Amino acid sequence: MSSFLLRRVGQSAVLLVLVTAIAFGLMRLAPGGPESVYALSPGMRAEDLARIRASFGLDQPIPVQYVKWARGMATGDWGRSYRDSRPVRDVILDRIPATLELTTTALAFAVIVGVSIGVMGALRPHSIPDYLATIGAMLALSVPTFWFGLMVIFIFAVRLDWIPSGGRETMGADFSWADRLHHLVAPALVLGLVLVATWSRYTRASMLETINQDYVRTARAKGIAEKGVIWVHAFRNALGPLITLAGLQVPFLFSGALVTESVFTWPGMGRLFVDSLGYRDYPVLMGVLVITAVLVIGSNLVADLVIAVVDPRVRVR
Amino acid sequence: MRHHDDLVHEANAVRAKLVSRRSFLARAAAAGFSLTFAEGLLQHGASAAPLAQDEPPTGGQVIVGLSQEPTIFNPLKSTLEVDRGAQMAMFDSLWRINEASELIPNLATEIPTVENGGISEDGLTYTFKLRDDAKWHDGEAFTADDVVFSHNLIMDPDFVAGTKIGHDKVTEISAPDDYTVTMTLSEPYAPFLFTWGDTFIVPEHVLAEVEDPNTAEFNSTAPVGTGPFRFVERVAGDHITLEANPEYHGPGPYLDTVIFKYVPDLTGLFTQFKTGEVDVTGIQGITADNYAEAQTLEGKVINDGPASFVEFIYMNFGNEIFQDKAVREAMYAAMDKANIIDAVYYGVQTPTESYLPQQSWAYNPDLVPQTFDVEAAKKILDDAGWVPGADGIREKDGVKLSFTNSTTAGNKVREQAQQYLQQTWKEAGIDMQINNMPAAVIWGDYFNLSEYDTVMVGWGHPPDPDGTSRFHSDYSPIKGGAGQNTMQYSNPDLDALWDAGVVEVDPASRVEIYQEAQQIMRDDLAYLPIFQYTAIEGTKAGLQNYKQNPFVVSNMWNVFEWYWDEPAS
Repeated sequence: MSSFLLRRVGQSAVLLVLVTAIAFGLMRLAPGGPESVYALSPGMRAEDLARIRASFGLDQPIPVQYVKWARGMATGDWGRSYRDSRPVRDVILDRIPATLELTTTALAFAVIVGVSIGVMGALRPHSIPDYLATIGAMLALSVPTFWFGLMVIFIFAVRLDWIPSGGRETMGADFSWADRLHHLVAPALVLGLVLVATWSRYTRASMLETINQDYVRTARAKGIAEKGVIWVHAFRNALGPLITLAGLQVPFLFSGALVTESVFTWPGMGRLFVDSLGYRDYPVLMGVLVITAVLVIGSNLVADLVIAVVDPRVRVR
Repeated sequence: MRHHDDLVHEANAVRAKLVSRRSFLARAAAAGFSLTFAEGLLQHGASAAPLAQDEPPTGGQVIVGLSQEPTIFNPLKSTLEVDRGAQMAMFDSLWRINEASELIPNLATEIPTVENGGISEDGLTYTFKLRDDAKWHDGEAFTADDVVFSHNLIMDPDFVAGTKIGHDKVTEISAPDDYTVTMTLSEPYAPFLFTWGDTFIVPEHVLAEVEDPNTAEFNSTAPVGTGPFRFVERVAGDHITLEANPEYHGPGPYLDTVIFKYVPDLTGLFTQFKTGEVDVTGIQGITADNYAEAQTLEGKVINDGPASFVEFIYMNFGNEIFQDKAVREAMYAAMDKANIIDAVYYGVQTPTESYLPQQSWAYNPDLVPQTFDVEAAKKILDDAGWVPGADGIREKDGVKLSFTNSTTAGNKVREQAQQYLQQTWKEAGIDMQINNMPAAVIWGDYFNLSEYDTVMVGWGHPPDPDGTSRFHSDYSPIKGGAGQNTMQYSNPDLDALWDAGVVEVDPASRVEIYQEAQQIMRDDLAYLPIFQYTAIEGTKAGLQNYKQNPFVVSNMWNVFEWYWDEPAS
C-alpha cells in the first residue's frame, strides 16, 4: 500500500510540473499582454509600456520566467497580482469563502436531492416518476446555465422582487445570516440543478446495477426488511461511482462556477479566473491553475483510496 | 491622450458630458425645487458653495455600479478610468476641472495666472499657493512637501507611474514654505495646469516610509488621501466601501457612504439599476439598446449628454493604399454614418468631424459635414485610376483596394457597425475584411506598433486640445517615437501647428492654432471620424448634483457635492 502511495504521489508531482510548465508557456505565447490594459491610459507612451512590461519581468525569456516563478512557488512566494499588486496567495484566499459558500450549498443540495431521485428511479425503473426524473435531468443538463440564471433573475428578481438580482450581501447593510441566505438561494439552486441531474443519473445507473445482483436477492431471501436491503446492501455497493464523482467535484468546490458566478455577480474563484484572464494577470491565473491542478490530482488519489476502503474487491495489495 | 476601447468584456464605451440643462431642470423640478432656484444653481456652477439657506441635507449612501473593478487606489500609479473614479473620491488634486472645462481651486487657493503672478511672463516658472486647512485621512496636515513628493515619485525611474506627461517638463521644484510650491519648466508647456488638475496628491509621510512604492499596501488596501471620502474596505471582486471624511476641507461631503459595486456584466448592471440595487450606473453606463427602456423607468433619471469619446476609423499610413488621398476620400464618402448611428446605436450618437469633443473650447464648428454618397465615392476612385476587377474589387497598378478592419472581438455593437461599413464600401468597390481580436491582443503590439490596416476605435481626448502625441509625425512608436500616432500620419504643416500650440500661452491664439489643425485633418482625412459618443447614465431619482463632465475620465469627479433630497436614515 505504501509503495503504491509513493508511486502515485511521485507521478502526481511530475504531472504537476508538466501541467504548470505547459500552462505557463501557452499563456505567454498567446498574443497580448497585461500592459494592453495600461495602453488605454491617457498619455501612455510606448516607453512607459516597455517599463511596465519590464517591471513584471516580461522582458525576460519565457523559460527564465518559468524557473523564477516555480522557484517562488516552491518557497511559498506565489508572486504578486499585476492588477492590484497584492500577493497572489491573498488574492486567492480572499475568494475561497465566497466560492465554498456557493459550491458546498449547491453540492449538498445536489447530493441529497439527486441521490434520492436516483434511488427512487432505480427502485421503479421505467415508471412515470422515473421518466419524469429522466426528462427533468436531461432538461437541466441541456439548458445553458447562463440563460437559465438570467431567466431566474428576470422572473424572481425583476418581476416578482422576491430575491436580489445578484451579489453576496446587501450593500451597506449590517451582516445578517438571513441576508446572506437570501442572496445565496438563487445562485445555489441554479448551480445545484445541473448537479442534481448528474447525481441522479449516476445514482440511478449504479443502483440499477447492484439492485439486481445475487447478494441483494440473498438479502431479501434472508428476510431482511426492504429498507435495510436497499440502503445497506444495494446502496452501499452502489457508492463506488458516486465517490469517484464526489472526488471529481472537489476541485470544482474551490475553482468555482464560472458562469453562475458571472451571472449572479458572485465574488468567487470562477469570476477571479475570468477577470484575471481578461487582464492577462499571469501570476493569479497560475495560482488558480496550481490550486485546481493540485486538487484534481489529489482528489483523484483520495477517491481511489476511499473506494478501496469501501469496496474490498478493489483493495490494493 | 486616451485611446480607448473595450477592455475585457466590452469596450469602455461612453463617458461624461456637460450636464444637459434640460435634464437638470427636470430633475430639480421633480425634486421639488423651484425653477428659479435651479437656474440659480446652474449659473452658480460646480465650484460655488451651496446657497446658505439651502444647505443640502446630509446622510445616506450611494451605490455606484461599475462594469470593471477598481483595484489600484494609488492615483499616481494607475490612471485607468475605473480606478480614477475611486481615487477622485479619496484624493484631491490642486484644482478640479468642471463640466465647463474651468479650473476650480481645491488643494490650491487660486489658479495660477500671469496676472496673479502664479505664472511668469515667459511661461517657464509656476508658483502654486496651497490651502493650509487640508488634512490627510490619518490626521496629518497636508503641506507643500506632499506636492513636491508626488511630483518626485512620478519622475522616480523605479516607480511605475501611470503617466509622466507634463511632469517631464519640470527641471526644478521646491517648497519655499509649507503652503507654496514653485517650479521651473524646460520650455513653455501650455497644458501644464491641466497636468496638475489630473495629478492627485499622495502623502509623503506614508509613502516615503515604504520599502517599494510599487507594491505598497497603500496602493490596494490602505490608501490615505485628503479627499471627501475615506477608504473603509475592499472586498475583492465585489465592492469597495468609502465613508465620509468629517475633516474634509469642503465643500461637502453630504453623503455618509459611497459604495462601488462591481457588476461585470452590463446587462446585469442595468438589471440591478432597475431593481434599485445600484443607484448610479458608473463606467460604461447604460448601453444604447437599453436607452429606450431606461427612459420609461419610474424613479430614475437618465442623463444623456455628450461624452469626450469620438468613434473613428484609423488608417495605417504605413500601408501604401492609404497614402492615396482619393482612397481616403472615397472611404469617407461611402460611409453611411446616419444608418450606422440609427440602426446600430439607436440614434443616440452625434455625427462629428473633429477629434475634439464638440464642447471643447478649441472645437472648430466650421468643419464641413460629411455627406454619404456612394456614386461620388465611385467617381473619385474612377478618376484616381482605381478600376474594378473581375470580382468587383478595384485595383490600381496591380494593388487591390482590399484591407482589414479590426476592433475588440465580442463588442456586438461595433461588429454590427463594421458590417454596415463593409456593405457600403463594397458597393464602391472597396473590399474590407473584418479581423477582430480580444482586447488584450488588439490594443497591445497590434495597435501600438502599427500592425493593423484599419481599426475602429473610440478615443477620448483630455481637456487640453493639444494633439501632439496622437498626430505629430515624431510620435509614432514604430518609428521610435514616444507617442500614440500609430496611424503613422505625417503632415509637416500640422506638426508645425502642434509645436506652436504647446508653447503658446495665450488661449485665444491657441484656439486659432487648434481650429486650423482640425481643418487640416478634416481636409486631408487624417482619420475618418464617425460620431461623438453620448454618455447614457442612470441615477436614482432624488440624487442631486450628478454632473456629467466630458473633461474628466470619471463622473465621480464631483462626488463631494452629491446629496440625496431625502437621505435614508
